[in-house]
Amino acid sequence: MSKPSDLVQGTLDMLILKIVALEPLNGWAMSQRLKQISSDVLGVSDGSLYPALHKLERRGWISAQWKSSGNNRRAKFYSLTRLGRGQLEKETANWNRISTAISGIVKLKEA
Amino acid sequence: MSLERWFHTLPLRWRDRFRRKQVDQELRDELRDHLEQQIQANLEKGMSIEEARQAAVLALGGITQIEQQCRDARGHNLIENTIQDLRYGFRQLCRNPGFSILTILCLILGIGANTAVFSWAEGILFRPYPAVAHQERLLALAGTARGESGATGISWPDFLDLQRNCTLCDALFVSKITGSTLSIGDHAEVTTGSIVSANYFDAIGVRPVLGRGFEPGEDVGSNAHPVVVISYDLWQKRFRADPQIVGKMQRLNNIPHTIVGVAPERFYGTFVGWAMNFWVPASMEENFESDGYKLEDRSARWIEGYLRLKPGVTRTQAQDEISAIATRLEDSYPGTNRGRNIKLWALWQTPFNNAGTMLPTLEVMMAVVTFVLLIACANVGNLLLVRSFARRHEMTVRMAIGASGGRLFKQLLTEGLLLAGLGTAGGLLVAYWCRHALVLLSPPRAGIAMYLPGEIDWHVMLLSAGICLVATLVLGLVPAFQSRNIDLAGALKSESSGVTAARKKAWMRSGLVVVQVCLSFILLAGAVLLLESLQKIRSTSPGFSTTRVVETSVSLVAAGYDVPRAKILQDDLIDRVRATPGVESAAFARLTPLGYGTYSETPIAVDGYQPPLEEQPTVEYNQVGPAYFATLGIPLLSGRDFTRADDEKAPLVAIVNRTMKARYWGDRDPIGRRLQVKGKWARVIGVAADSKYESMREDPKPFFYVPLLQDFVRGPALHIRTTASLENISASLLREVHALDGNLALYEMITLQEQVDRSTSPQLVAVTLVSILAGLALLLSAVGLYGVMSYAVAQSMRELALRMALGAGPGDLLRLVISRGLRLTAGGVFLGAAAGLALTRLLGRLLYNVSPRDPRAFGAAMAVMIVTTVAACLFPGWRATRTDPARVLRD
Repeated sequence: MSKPSDLVQGTLDMLILKIVALEPLNGWAMSQRLKQISSDVLGVSDGSLYPALHKLERRGWISAQWKSSGNNRRAKFYSLTRLGRGQLEKETANWNRISTAISGIVKLKEA
Repeated sequence: MSLERWFHTLPLRWRDRFRRKQVDQELRDELRDHLEQQIQANLEKGMSIEEARQAAVLALGGITQIEQQCRDARGHNLIENTIQDLRYGFRQLCRNPGFSILTILCLILGIGANTAVFSWAEGILFRPYPAVAHQERLLALAGTARGESGATGISWPDFLDLQRNCTLCDALFVSKITGSTLSIGDHAEVTTGSIVSANYFDAIGVRPVLGRGFEPGEDVGSNAHPVVVISYDLWQKRFRADPQIVGKMQRLNNIPHTIVGVAPERFYGTFVGWAMNFWVPASMEENFESDGYKLEDRSARWIEGYLRLKPGVTRTQAQDEISAIATRLEDSYPGTNRGRNIKLWALWQTPFNNAGTMLPTLEVMMAVVTFVLLIACANVGNLLLVRSFARRHEMTVRMAIGASGGRLFKQLLTEGLLLAGLGTAGGLLVAYWCRHALVLLSPPRAGIAMYLPGEIDWHVMLLSAGICLVATLVLGLVPAFQSRNIDLAGALKSESSGVTAARKKAWMRSGLVVVQVCLSFILLAGAVLLLESLQKIRSTSPGFSTTRVVETSVSLVAAGYDVPRAKILQDDLIDRVRATPGVESAAFARLTPLGYGTYSETPIAVDGYQPPLEEQPTVEYNQVGPAYFATLGIPLLSGRDFTRADDEKAPLVAIVNRTMKARYWGDRDPIGRRLQVKGKWARVIGVAADSKYESMREDPKPFFYVPLLQDFVRGPALHIRTTASLENISASLLREVHALDGNLALYEMITLQEQVDRSTSPQLVAVTLVSILAGLALLLSAVGLYGVMSYAVAQSMRELALRMALGAGPGDLLRLVISRGLRLTAGGVFLGAAAGLALTRLLGRLLYNVSPRDPRAFGAAMAVMIVTTVAACLFPGWRATRTDPARVLRD
């Protein structure tokens, strides 16, 4: 499955960083959280989450640890690194800038 | 990339590459975990198991695809790519073994020659004393006299004043080379050692492995402290590593010395070129030096020393302070110190050991090996050009299926790195094998262990790594440059390249060959110049006869003779020698010309000669016995020779040489006039012809002789003019000596020709090394020429065939090929001659009576180059004559 095409490039990364920033989560919990927060609007398929996680991990923005999860199973938990926090701040600022600009344009009254 | 990121990502990247299975397994676990949790959630929503599973799988998507996407997301990384490139590069090298071996051999030769010479320079000039603490702050200490070049020794009182007053240095210490006979059991031999100040071992930071170094005060007094520290080698070989050695006695020059310590392994003392086997404190000087007790004599300049700067102090600052001290000494002791300064020298310029003699040779060698490296690189460049042509198709295909230019470039660089790395590793091995080669090239002499080591330390390693890096870049860039403008479509369509491209490449290859010829020509010209110079030096008359005169000396000092006994024995011995059959004449002299010892020198005064202000003329002299001039064959221009009557009771007399006469008496006849020597007036009784005294390369200099009996030394050199062979005369002399005293021994006996040869051995070393390398360069160039000509013949088959079809005979074709080769050579020789005229001046210090622009040398180099060219073109030319026009033209 490919990335949702209408998702702005890089937005998924930012969302993941934001979610992980709140608390360390495993992949499944993260997908639930994504659906829950965005009310399924973004339509991120579960499958596209994992390549994104692998990529972010290899950029040093999140780090993973195997921990036991509830019913005696080990699951991979992701948490934000210091580098990731910086990246998140940068992307949030960027996002705010762009979305303000775009919504400004969209709100322009047509003559 | 920041360090923090590396911290996170490197372990991951490592796992991605080397724990691939584990990483994949973990991903599978992660995904299964996801599915199970989703199924659980679905079940909780009230689905049946079957429905729950289906929905979960549907939501996640294909596991295999996700795995693949994750793998892609991880991306290829540096580690993985590099390993892949290395593996591929290695396969490429194995596929073309001929190319690879030739390239690597060329590189080994080029890099090995460089590394070897740099390791020699490091081990002999820059870091000669690896065992010594902070040798980078070490400077050599020697005296100078106003108005004269070169260095003198320093007197012991002056040294003590320096030591007391110098504030900018950590330590000043003395290390003066000496020799001794060493008898252990019934086996006796001559060996070299050092007379040192008591602070020696502390100052250089060398701790004896057994026993102790010297204690303060052990360098005071006359023969007051007979103690010795022996070298590790001596301990191992001569004392069989006796663990109880400390405290035992050893006779050195007939005085029993207590062995107080054993120096650590691989400590050879502080004298570049020779390995020291023992160290005695300065108080034992009298026992080792032939001219008496000198520790309180400010005019006896005999010691050689070193100084270590305090951290942060520059040589100029220290020199200023030392000069200031020397000036104060001049004021306090004008009689001995007027016009005297003390100078600091960088270790590589040390005037009193072999660093000074090796310096010009090593300088020239540095230039020479750079040339060899360039020639080797040109050869490798040529090989690469041929191969890049062969690999053109491969590169094109790889680009067509989507390899980026950068990726291809990295691949080529990796292959370059492989070649350069193997070349460098081989080069380091070559340097390691050659680290003692300089000793092999130097003529051996009895009792002296030559030690001219190459030192492969991190400086040399760094330098080789630098060469390796540059080579890698060149090796990668040449083919990358070639593949830069590959026309994809065109190149894929037909394998043959366009005519223009081939021509451009041919031009480049010819250019490289011209460069090679040019560089080899310069080396050849240099080698011929050095050869000519060596021949000149060896055929120049030293001013005395060399062939029928032998030289040796008798171990009087070592056997403990005092002055009166020595006088009697020397008198008796000379009579017996003169009576020996085959002996024409014989004479003692303190020093033999061109030997290692330093002549005595004295301030002089001459009636009627007014020296310039501020200058105290000093002249070197030798103490010689009667018939010295007749024995050595030095002509007496006027006056008379010394006789037996010129003894200690007779009036003092002297014989001056021609240059001295000209400088101090001018046109007047000096005979019968007065000359002041060491404060006493002597009468000049003769004028001798000039000869060589210390070096074959010296200019004529003022020099005089006094009778041995009027300035006596024990155990002088004995010169014998004889018609007998060396063996016979040696045997009969030993018989005569033993008839007088069975305990006496003879030192090595050599002809004066051998003496001359030894004194010119640095020139011999230079000639040998430059000739070997010039030969290698010539070989490399010949290979380059051969390659280019073979390639040219292969490329112009059609042209050759056409010429043949039109009636050209084999001779014509051969001439054609050879003339093409000669045209390249002509270009190279022309450039080489132009550059050589400027460059051979660098040989200046090694050349003797030969102009660096000697046309004969350049002519000879050109002749060799032409012969080599013809030889290199013969085989390609022969191939050209075998062209079958019918077949070639049909194809």
